Amino acid sequence: MAKSLGPVKRKFSPWTDPTAEPFIRFENVTKRFGDFTAVNNLTLDIYEREFFSLLGPSGCGKTTLMRMLAGFEEPTEGRILLQGKDISGVPPYRRPTNMMFQSYALFPHMTVEKNIAFGLQQDNLPKADIAKRVQEMLKLVKLEQFAKRKPAQLSGGQRQRVALARSLAKRPKVLLLDEPLGALDKKLREETQFELMDIQHTLGLTFLIVTHDQEEAMTVSDRIAVMDKGEIMQVATPAEIYEAPNSRYVADFIGDINILEGTVRHREDAAGLPGVLRIDSDGLQVAVDTGSQAVADDKVAFAIRPEKVRISLDKPAETAVNALYGEVWDIGYLGDFSVFLVRMEDGRIVRAAQANVSRLVDRPITFGDMVWLTWSRDAGIVLTR
Amino acid sequence: MASASATSAHPSAHRSHMARWLVVAVPYLWLLLFFVAPFLIIFKISLSDTAIAMPPYTPVFKGFDAFGDFASKLDLENYLFLTSDPLYIKAYLSSLRIALISTFLLLLIGYPMALAMARAPNSLRPTLVMLVILPFWTSFLIRVYAWIGILKPDGLLTLLLQAIGFMGPDDQVQIFRTDIAVFIGMVYSYLPFMVLPLYAALEKMDATLLEAASDLGCPPWKAFWKITFPLSLPGVIAGSMICFIPITGEFVIPDLLGGADTLMIGKTLWTEFFGNRDWPLASAVAVILLILLVVPIAIFQNQQKRVV
Repeated sequence: MAKSLGPVKRKFSPWTDPTAEPFIRFENVTKRFGDFTAVNNLTLDIYEREFFSLLGPSGCGKTTLMRMLAGFEEPTEGRILLQGKDISGVPPYRRPTNMMFQSYALFPHMTVEKNIAFGLQQDNLPKADIAKRVQEMLKLVKLEQFAKRKPAQLSGGQRQRVALARSLAKRPKVLLLDEPLGALDKKLREETQFELMDIQHTLGLTFLIVTHDQEEAMTVSDRIAVMDKGEIMQVATPAEIYEAPNSRYVADFIGDINILEGTVRHREDAAGLPGVLRIDSDGLQVAVDTGSQAVADDKVAFAIRPEKVRISLDKPAETAVNALYGEVWDIGYLGDFSVFLVRMEDGRIVRAAQANVSRLVDRPITFGDMVWLTWSRDAGIVLTR
Repeated sequence: MASASATSAHPSAHRSHMARWLVVAVPYLWLLLFFVAPFLIIFKISLSDTAIAMPPYTPVFKGFDAFGDFASKLDLENYLFLTSDPLYIKAYLSSLRIALISTFLLLLIGYPMALAMARAPNSLRPTLVMLVILPFWTSFLIRVYAWIGILKPDGLLTLLLQAIGFMGPDDQVQIFRTDIAVFIGMVYSYLPFMVLPLYAALEKMDATLLEAASDLGCPPWKAFWKITFPLSLPGVIAGSMICFIPITGEFVIPDLLGGADTLMIGKTLWTEFFGNRDWPLASAVAVILLILLVVPIAIFQNQQKRVV
């Protein structure tokens, strides 16, 4: 990346260090179920203490990938290395990974306490040690007073905590979380996301989380792998994924984005500066300088996030590099933001989002107004894939 | 205002109240008519004395005017007789023993069958359930008679064992008219009643529980005893009760397959009733049998409540 993209939360980026040994390595892994290829020749490195997300629509192979690491499925081709050792053929009950299941899979006939102790008992630890660890776990997930309850007597959020405590009790080298927060309501989900990050940080474990919720992936992860049809589209930090998606698929999957298909008219290179591309999209002209390697006559897509588009009733100064003119077609009021759908002359819709900083009820821009959309040269990106 | 609305709502509320009572009352009426009433009649007969008459016992209820006289003739004589003759106690104990062993064998054979059915692919399961209940298409009596043809000394089993050289041409299988034949008959006849409740319990078990157990370091053979079996316990108890209770009172199977020394209370009851025409004593035998079986039923009920 030519530019640094915002602050990196806790200076932790082993993937940028070429000497760092990956903790988990998927090496040309393919998994087929009959004719269906769930995971297609995939290679991926995950580092120790990383909070790593597999993000994608359902059926993209993310759960299969996780289940292969847990040992419930064996790769059809390729191999999986954990700390440099091939773990093919090792049954799940001998792998140093623990999983938090999407359905929680709590044992209904055991109390909360017994559920958490289950994994520890398999290791034949002394009774006192087990009891101590169970207490620690109950405290960690704040369920001390529910120790003697059965899962059926708990709320959804409490069950989710028991599942987390049970999967953490053995201090696994890798914790696998399969859509862990899917069944919780929004507020509880957000709270739990931050708790998960805390726990991961405190215990210093490697977390691999499978999710289809992009906000969740953005919030908790050090890095995200966006998957589609059994392949990885992009692996990067949340900020990079959002600000510098490498393909139309990733750009469209994460967040809201305007995509204008077009052709590069010409390219201006100046010493020490990223080249400026002038792109023509069926009559709409845009200029962009985010360091794309595209050259004249390349078919590319220009993409820009709605919140980076300014909307105004006034005609911008002649010096404005990017300016589009259109009619306000629809307004989506989201509370914190309003999204304006602006219709170009040829009928295409470009979205612009504006933070609702004042509590004005009658907004200055309303349906049917003719408006100008402007943005700077480095606000958008060029997608060639 | 409040009183006006109360009076206007009254007729329809009353009607729905009645309807609800009717719905609740139907099963109780059914029980009263077909269980409590016959039981009371049997109980009354058990307190009577035999008589060469029609019906073959005395006293006979002749209206409430002579009720005092009627009641005074009832006594516990038959019950005392049951305790005095060790034959009856032996028959009860032998019945319980045969029922217990049969139920255990049924569990031993039924559980793996039910487990295999529950783990079979979804598309195959209806067929397997059909196969389990298929024997009911033929009369129970005919199926037990068929076992005579198989088990008798010159029967199909002997022929088969001789044909494969497992047995000499002069040897014969000597299990017909023994307890072994009775166990074979019991297990064969009651297997569907054991398999189906077990299957129902195992089938609804969440397979990810076993994955979770494995993930936490528990190998499959251990997971069976820690997860699968405890969760199937309601099915185990239901199946065992459904088999144990009727087997205890079973008459046809021990009569057709058992020997003269196969002592079962069902046979005793039959002999008293039809052989000796001693209705009061037969009734007493039946009442005691019922009391014996109420105990396991109560345990069963209690267990069901605990599971819920």
